[in-house]
Amino acid sequence: MQPEQIDIQRFLKRFPPFDDLPDEALIHLAKQIEIAYYVAGSDILNYAEPVNDLFVVRSGAVETFRRNGDLYNRLDMGGIFGQMGLMMRGRVRFPAKALEDSLLYCIPADLFNDYCDQHEGFSNYFEVDNAALLHQSVVDQTNKNDLTTDKAKCLLKRGVVTVTKNTPISKAALIMTQEQVSSLLITDPDKPIESDPEDDDGQAIGIITDRDFITRVIGQELDLQTPISEVMSPDMVTLDENAYVYEVMLAMLRFNVHHLPILKKKKPIGIITLADIVRYESQSSLFLVRGIFAQQSVAELASYAQWIPEAFVRMVNEDANSHMIGSAMSVIGRSFKQRLLELAEDTLGKPPIPYCFLALGSMARDEQLLVTDQDNAMILDDNYVAELHGEYFSALTKFVCDGLNACGYVYCTGDIMATNPKWQLTLSQWKDLFSQWITRPDPEALLHCSIFFDLDGVWGESQWAAELRRHIAIQAKGNSKFLAALARNALSRKPPLGFFKEFVMEKDGRHNNTINLKRRGTAPLTDVIRVHALAVGSRARNSFERLDDIIEAKLLPDGSAQDLSDALEYLSIVRVKHQATDVNQKLEPDNNIEPDNLSRFERRNLKEAFQVLSAAQNFLKYRHTANTTMAGIKK
Amino acid sequence: MNLGSPSLLDWVEYYRQHSTSSKNERVSDFYRHGVINPATSIGQAPMVAMDFETTGLSSADSEIVSIGLVPFDLKRIYCGESRHWIVKPEQDMTEDSIVIHGITHSNVDAAPPLANILDQVLDAIEGKLVVVHYRYIEREFFNKAVLGLLQEPLLFPLIDTMEIESDILKGRQGFFDKILRKPLKPIRLDYCRRRYNLPHYDAHNALTDAIATAELLQAQIAHHLNPDMPVKDLWA
Repeated sequence: MQPEQIDIQRFLKRFPPFDDLPDEALIHLAKQIEIAYYVAGSDILNYAEPVNDLFVVRSGAVETFRRNGDLYNRLDMGGIFGQMGLMMRGRVRFPAKALEDSLLYCIPADLFNDYCDQHEGFSNYFEVDNAALLHQSVVDQTNKNDLTTDKAKCLLKRGVVTVTKNTPISKAALIMTQEQVSSLLITDPDKPIESDPEDDDGQAIGIITDRDFITRVIGQELDLQTPISEVMSPDMVTLDENAYVYEVMLAMLRFNVHHLPILKKKKPIGIITLADIVRYESQSSLFLVRGIFAQQSVAELASYAQWIPEAFVRMVNEDANSHMIGSAMSVIGRSFKQRLLELAEDTLGKPPIPYCFLALGSMARDEQLLVTDQDNAMILDDNYVAELHGEYFSALTKFVCDGLNACGYVYCTGDIMATNPKWQLTLSQWKDLFSQWITRPDPEALLHCSIFFDLDGVWGESQWAAELRRHIAIQAKGNSKFLAALARNALSRKPPLGFFKEFVMEKDGRHNNTINLKRRGTAPLTDVIRVHALAVGSRARNSFERLDDIIEAKLLPDGSAQDLSDALEYLSIVRVKHQATDVNQKLEPDNNIEPDNLSRFERRNLKEAFQVLSAAQNFLKYRHTANTTMAGIKK
Repeated sequence: MNLGSPSLLDWVEYYRQHSTSSKNERVSDFYRHGVINPATSIGQAPMVAMDFETTGLSSADSEIVSIGLVPFDLKRIYCGESRHWIVKPEQDMTEDSIVIHGITHSNVDAAPPLANILDQVLDAIEGKLVVVHYRYIEREFFNKAVLGLLQEPLLFPLIDTMEIESDILKGRQGFFDKILRKPLKPIRLDYCRRRYNLPHYDAHNALTDAIATAELLQAQIAHHLNPDMPVKDLWA
């Protein structure tokens, strides 16, 4: 019997995938190890040679290379290489060289294969498709969270109470009292439900709440025989029963409604009230948002804004996913803008002409986190006359932008703010400007694209924002010259290779102490997704929703849009957690990640995410270069 | 470097003589197995690293309590074929030595005496070049133990990583040190290893140290010596 190799065992136990092996299996493995020493600079594996072992770096450092000689990875203690070769017919795929004097543990191929057969966790680690691992880790994270996994229907306690559209107000009120509900759905028997023809109540066409009764019926002294359909709210915000609880919450925040009907195949099955959500999620950002609208001055708002980091940390602690956190923080940011605009209009009086206040960038994408500057702009009515209206709007925008700055949404260094006359344009002027950017994509135009193409109306005539998005989508789709230029621009920020020891590893072999995960990770990924989204004519604002459109359009090879989604989620959540840690430690939150503070698991997944981004950039380059060439031939 | 100096012993001749003169069957058998050809290059030589834990520093009043062996060559160290024995000394161990090697009374109480496993040890090193760190310990303790058990001395060539290291360091010694022939102090295994970026091992037992010795020799040869050099230039 072989003796136990206690030191080897202890060493392997510290690193994945060995840490997952049962003790017996680990002991057995350690007994079979072979050890080899390589001097710095010597070749360990040469391309296409047979590979008979899996290698684990015990000390020193090893570099692996792509076939074309590009650095593929740099590994230090605990790093593993040779697995690709072992799984690909036993030939070396990534040549390896000792960077430092290195001691390597070699696990013979037969043993490696046995362990892959016998231990699922072990073989999972070596999945050829590493993106699958990233996906698993994203799924694992999501599964922990109730808000993201619980469906809206689980909040429904009773069936919905409905009346038909011709029911008189008096009778409707009586039914509400009898049934002890705070809202009623109004149905139209002339609109049958396809999925349930037996139901002669018909589709829901509106909603009325107890509050509506006070304002619209009693307040107006209406005739009690008036049909209910005349006082109901026809623009109902509804969600499907499969919506997640957090989506219900976000819809309530976004549309400022307290009652939200839930439909099953268009048939109403219940109403979720704000109170239901609050009971369910008593500490949510809902409170924060409601509080924003209660603040009476800029000073009060600025003081209230101090609660934002706490709400953020709370969401992180509740294991919310990045989409939720990004959406909630954006709703909060939007609410500050809305309240500031209300206050501004209170001070300056009603606006002389209609306008729309725009959020740009991450807020418009519902991807805002803690560290953020204000990017905003304004659409003015086409009847705008500078001499008549200019003064009002410069006062209004100054009030809002100063206020936002006071609330922690600092001034944009690039002066992309509504105060800048360049970005106070009429709807027609905006359309012309976007058309100009798309037809003549010079560097400055491209720079603007990544900010202005993500836009959302937060106040006033928000349908104008939707109109601009439609305008952009139509103009950009199929414009291969513009898309190619945008694609090139999206390649300017490259992800790093990964990590090595306490450093960030760059592709040219350089080391950095920290990595800005926004600039090097989420932002370039968002850029790539935007190009694809524009190419398929998507009008979605959020990157994840853009990815849904991209998947539907079958633009990308199978699975790669999912990879992008997983990579974005992972990069975002690491950023989110980093910011939460900063807040907890009373530090100014930022996006700079120090590799030292990452677990091996995080490093590994981040590296995979960077690789997904890198592959996506390569794909973009290939795709749009091809497009330009084709366009050239057509001429 | 001093490595090229001829050995004091001609090992081929020594083995030849003792294969006939030894009165003990097992010992003469060991010698009949022969010594590795002195001209064999170190890169081709099958080796085995050996380490003992002892109850004290001097073979005069101390005994072996454990033996670690691991076969290797310049390419690989084969842990799968390694051996580790704890043996029961004839005299009681002192508390001091327990602190050093961590082998306790209860460990050795359950262990066989060296006599019971000596055959296996000889089987494992036969035909291989034995590598140790600081050869005086292993050579003297083993020789004395075999003499006690089989009434015959047992000597075989050893490669000593400490001696190699000291020769390497001497090569770097300053002019005055050489003139004064300042003797080099024993160089601890762990200290030698650090110079080659080899890891520190926490576990101290004869097997770990044998592996550590094998790794050290691989590193020394890779850095300073030629794998084609004949074993006779390295052994003593």
